[in-house]
Amino acid sequence: MQVASMHFKARAHDKLNDALLQANLKKMQGRFVANRRTAITELDDFEGTRDAGRDIRQDVLDDLDGWLLMFEENATKRGATVLWAETPADVNALVLAIAKRHEVRKIIKAKSMVSEESGLDHAIEAAGMTVVETDLGEYILQINDYEPPSHIVGPALHKSKEEVAELFHRKHGTPRKDVVEDLCLEARGVLRQHYLTADMGISGGNFFVADTGSVVLITNEGNATLTTTLPKVHVAISGIEKIVPTLEDAATLTRLLTRSSTGQSISNYVDILTGPKGEGEFHGPEHMYFILVDSGRSGVLASDVREALRCIRCGACMNHCPVYQNVGGHAYGWVYPGPIGSILTPMYVGLDKAQDLPAASTMCNQCGVVCPVRIPLPDLQRKLREKAFEQGLRPWYERAGLKAWAWVARRPALYALTSRIGVRVLKAMGGRDGIIHKLPLVGGWTDGRDMPAPAGRTFRELYRARQSAHGTSR
Amino acid sequence: MRVGFFVTCLVDLMRPSVGFAALKLLEAGGAEVYVPPSQTCCGQPAYNSGDRADAIALARKVIEEFEGCDYLVAPSGSCSGMIRTHYGELFAGDPPWQARAEALAAKTWEITSFLRDVQKLDKVPGRFDGTITYHDCCAGLREMGVKSQPRALLAKVPGLTLREMAEPETCCGFGGTFSIKFGEISARLADNKCQHVATAGVDAVVLGDLGCMLNIEGRLRRRGDMKTRVLHVTEVLAGERPGTED
Repeated sequence: MQVASMHFKARAHDKLNDALLQANLKKMQGRFVANRRTAITELDDFEGTRDAGRDIRQDVLDDLDGWLLMFEENATKRGATVLWAETPADVNALVLAIAKRHEVRKIIKAKSMVSEESGLDHAIEAAGMTVVETDLGEYILQINDYEPPSHIVGPALHKSKEEVAELFHRKHGTPRKDVVEDLCLEARGVLRQHYLTADMGISGGNFFVADTGSVVLITNEGNATLTTTLPKVHVAISGIEKIVPTLEDAATLTRLLTRSSTGQSISNYVDILTGPKGEGEFHGPEHMYFILVDSGRSGVLASDVREALRCIRCGACMNHCPVYQNVGGHAYGWVYPGPIGSILTPMYVGLDKAQDLPAASTMCNQCGVVCPVRIPLPDLQRKLREKAFEQGLRPWYERAGLKAWAWVARRPALYALTSRIGVRVLKAMGGRDGIIHKLPLVGGWTDGRDMPAPAGRTFRELYRARQSAHGTSR
Repeated sequence: MRVGFFVTCLVDLMRPSVGFAALKLLEAGGAEVYVPPSQTCCGQPAYNSGDRADAIALARKVIEEFEGCDYLVAPSGSCSGMIRTHYGELFAGDPPWQARAEALAAKTWEITSFLRDVQKLDKVPGRFDGTITYHDCCAGLREMGVKSQPRALLAKVPGLTLREMAEPETCCGFGGTFSIKFGEISARLADNKCQHVATAGVDAVVLGDLGCMLNIEGRLRRRGDMKTRVLHVTEVLAGERPGTED
């Protein structure tokens, strides 16, 4: 996918002023938060389960090469083919090569965010094949001229029911339907034909299980089950970090994932797929491939933001982020929005292209509080801010301002003098009502807010005056 | 009990009444309060902007100024949170300073939790005739565990009624330098907060961090609300009002 993260500020401005989007965001934001809050109370020890989830994920990362080799060995033993993609371009090349080998004409796809990284659908179409997204949200976006997803779990959450009704009416040439169930049925009717005529199914992978060589898929619509079992070829694509040691670990993480994500005890469908259809078996593909994708992940693994790779893609951090809630996912300009995206995007596409993302956070840590695998998201954002500062990526006036403040703050006498002058000037600017409407240099503040004027004397000078009046010198 | 009072730069510059209110409360709780005269800033603006070197320089200064006290108390969850939860990490790789940082972190408190949990204050000098709502500032809430303490203390103020607003724990959008770098997003978050304050229909919104106070008050006034007061929790508890420092 094209990177637009360098335009975060301008995009956020557009989104803040898009009345329809704002209404749609308001409708969905409360639901996720309330559903999660209820769902986590079902577990006797949700916090303890979070600890376990964190440990499972961190242990894997700390010995990732070993777990990956074990996965490859066990998946191969079960008859699947394991392939490795170093770059996004490799992902596309591998998929096209598999398609060619099996003379594929039509591909159906369950949801895969990794395939968004490489723009896989476009590569498939450019090679002359048909590709159909079967996740309802992804399908909506695909028929809307490949609109980018705005959320990692609900890619079309930014759209209202009315927008979807209009889109279906226009693209399917059917009478306009206004009931959600009718819209779903219409999509189902369209997709059914594709399931039955596709030669190849592509899925993502929530977890790759090392000791069984399986992929675990967690979905609600059942589309992944059909996508991975009806066509003769199944290709599961996911990042190298998605390995878990055992099925039991996958179960622990699933308990966290669905509750943190949609607030469900468990999703409607959990598929555990191991190898192609065996002798005498009725279900499953004839050929099964795994594509394990690096695309920047080994760089994250080697960095000081490694913990970000613990992510199990539940979306809780964005659902609870006040910035995401107000600007929506498209503002972030790449595949992964919200707090986790503010780490992954600069690490995958380059800090120089996405340095606003880790800066665009109030560090309120609501994301860290809800993250099921306890990724310290604000701490990781700060580490990227440090890199941006070290590399001189921040504007000169910002650096100069910070340096000047710190320089003065290290010199108490100078601080006392400048602060005494400063507060008097500000008080005068506040006028009779004590409100400053415009401040030079910090228009970022006064464009949308006033600044309450200070009292006009600093605490330190008032305190000193009081002390001498009392004749004490504590 | 010798309490080092960390005024914080924002209180020093913008709202000295908060500092005097805090002193009054600490003394009411039986503390001998020491105010290091050379204190300035905890280093958080530099730290959160990626300027680690300056953050370390300022942290050293704070450690030197306060490590001789039994406690460090600040009228801010944000600045006390900086010291308690981040100073240790700041000196990773420098064991002697890290030990000093962690020792100070262990005795650093946000004012309402100190009054309530350490001093066990059961009577407060203030009086407030009206209805207030309480905003939970992020660092206080999520770094310092401040939630019940200010409410328990406010419940002791004669005349005061607390009416909770919607989403009291949602960030007001201040975020330090975020409020200037991303002013438009910041102002929108502040506006959402003001909307909840307005819906609650109160005389004052009370909170424990000056940055958030300036943000919420600034947005309230820009919205044309000249009436709803924005007060620091210590001002209400101590009965100190801004503009009456001298």
